[in-house]
Amino acid sequence: MTAVTGAVPSRAKRRRLLPTKTPLALLGTDGQPVHSTDLDMPGDDVLVRLHRQMVLGRRFDTQATALTKQGRLAVYPSARGQEAGEIGAVAALRPQDWLFPTYRDSMAVVARGVDPVEVLVLLRGDWHCGYDPYAHRVAPQCTPLATNAPHAVGVAHAARLKGEDTVALVMLGDGATSEGDTHTALNFAAVWNSPVVFFVQNNGYAISVPVAKQSAAPSLAHKGIGYGIPGMLVDGNDPAAVYAAVRRAVESAAGGAGPTLIEALTYRMEAHTNADDAARYRPEAEVRKWLARDPVTRIRQYLLDQGLVDAAALSALDAEAEEQAGELRRRMNTDTVPDPADLFRFVYAEPTPALRRQQQRLAAELEELRDEAGEVR
Amino acid sequence: MTALAEREIRTPAGVSPVTMAAALNRALADALRDDETVLVFGEDVAALGGVFRVTDGLAAAFGEARVFDTPLAESGIVGTAIGMAMNGLRPVVEMQFDAFAYPAFEQITSHLAKLRNRTRGRVGLPIVIRIPYGGGIGGVEHHCDSSEAYYTHTAGLRVVTPATPGDAYALLRQAIDCPDPVIFLEPKRRYWSKETTVLDHTASVIDRAAVRRPGTDVTLIAYGGTLGTALDAAAEAQENGHSVEVIDLRSLSPFDDDTVTASVRRTGRAVVVHEASRFCGYGAEVAARLSEQCFHYLEAPVLRVTGFDIPYPPPHLEQHHLPSVDRILDAIDRLQWCETSTMKAAG
Repeated sequence: MTAVTGAVPSRAKRRRLLPTKTPLALLGTDGQPVHSTDLDMPGDDVLVRLHRQMVLGRRFDTQATALTKQGRLAVYPSARGQEAGEIGAVAALRPQDWLFPTYRDSMAVVARGVDPVEVLVLLRGDWHCGYDPYAHRVAPQCTPLATNAPHAVGVAHAARLKGEDTVALVMLGDGATSEGDTHTALNFAAVWNSPVVFFVQNNGYAISVPVAKQSAAPSLAHKGIGYGIPGMLVDGNDPAAVYAAVRRAVESAAGGAGPTLIEALTYRMEAHTNADDAARYRPEAEVRKWLARDPVTRIRQYLLDQGLVDAAALSALDAEAEEQAGELRRRMNTDTVPDPADLFRFVYAEPTPALRRQQQRLAAELEELRDEAGEVR
Repeated sequence: MTALAEREIRTPAGVSPVTMAAALNRALADALRDDETVLVFGEDVAALGGVFRVTDGLAAAFGEARVFDTPLAESGIVGTAIGMAMNGLRPVVEMQFDAFAYPAFEQITSHLAKLRNRTRGRVGLPIVIRIPYGGGIGGVEHHCDSSEAYYTHTAGLRVVTPATPGDAYALLRQAIDCPDPVIFLEPKRRYWSKETTVLDHTASVIDRAAVRRPGTDVTLIAYGGTLGTALDAAAEAQENGHSVEVIDLRSLSPFDDDTVTASVRRTGRAVVVHEASRFCGYGAEVAARLSEQCFHYLEAPVLRVTGFDIPYPPPHLEQHHLPSVDRILDAIDRLQWCETSTMKAAG
């Protein structure tokens, strides 16, 4: 533990706070490059890596949805269509940075390096979080909306106090921007000049409620200026733009210039979860419109045009995605038996006497059931 | 003179009396000095030293990086404390008043209490949330709630409350050292109570109840702001011929079953005292535990002396709401003395 010393530095410099009128983009829907004065096109190696992770991420997402139909997952909130945001944001983080994901961000958590089976432990119903948050600096996926935003600010503020070069990125949805904790976290981060990136994926709907019923602001990125935080509006289906914007925000935060609010405009192609019926609240034509803006198609076209991938590389990547999906299916198609004693183990650092008694009672009940089953046989 | 004040006479000579507020201040200063990961923050805790002056002088002594004012949002105070603890620090945060802690309720119940369990013990949150609580100080609405049952009902939290300056020091030091999150409830009306005692935290007090007055006929179970009233009632009951044992719970969660049941099994009678409303109040849990664990030793039902089931009253009416010596004596009188004397005589 490094000594906690030194006063909190003052804001390094003032930046433009209002977002642009139109979303920042680097790739058009047809995969053609778009000139931008605000963002730099990522290097070819980055673009190839983004595409690869997006293809793998989408296949993971499709497989997870399929696992709900086979009864292997209790529920799965798909992020299909949001691959540019999920992958682009994570790819822009450095190993020492922290990711604070929501329940919809399984793809992002996998892209950060967490074992997909550990990610799905929550939705399989074995435990609330299946991975070690410290292993890849990924907080547990957060279900109560926006409540993880103050945690990100706390991690970032502690890092500054300890003299560590760490940025925290918190993922939020359009609906979460209505929650008080979003505003609290934006305000704390701004006042403390914390190295935080608020990454809002505006996918159009909070379950069934459209964003027009969520906010009357010109854009969600406009919410930054009220806190003294620069807001950036980006095309959330453009992986190059998302990566470049998040990278810029991470570098700015790491350089001492404080937090940034990024709104990525995207669309949730699937329903809220497998248990939801999207036909009740959104027209099919709208979904078709967004299909034409598909993020994976867009970057693939760009890479093909630039000669950065060829048909052989693409089919090799598809084969790899299939193999990973098969591996996930195989590993998820085993029956797990969580240990009931675990219910009592982690509530406190040491179980209280009352918890020990309750654990013994449950163990006795289970023993009795086993004995009865034995007698029946 | 209250029974608590009388204790001063019995304390060692040559040690000057200290108030609970000063003892808490010393505990924070000593913890900040001994552990560089300890931080103190909240509303008005830096330059002002807190509205009750519990953090007085700490920002000047330890710097504004470690003792600092936050924006005015309790959810943000607890939420950012969680992040700081995830990143290796030990935040001690202040909620200015009991009812002002409610905006932080979601952070406390959904995250602070659960993160260790969610992560299978991988992420512990050694955080102390200090909350001045309770009435008896003429405070206006939203400044006098006894909110302990909200927290004790939540698994994963420890809830403690000191009633004396010496305990305030020891409990706060041990709460800061504790690997679990601790809701630290400070009884406002005891802030300026004095005790002549050596401030020390070597004896473990964080999950132990204390017998404040030994007795043989009745066990009075109290904590925080009502301990003084309970001790006064015990002194008066003595004059009426009842020997009353007074237990100061100190730790509301976990509950020290051993100390309390040992006492009640000896006395055969118990009265629980608290300021908070009666319905689903903390006393209900105590009474239920005693009837489960001491039923065959009880000479009478476990009674409760509590606040009424009303929102906390305005200052000019609070004396009607707060448990009083008379109400405690009345409860003691209702513990079926005649019937049991007969039963005892009959063997």
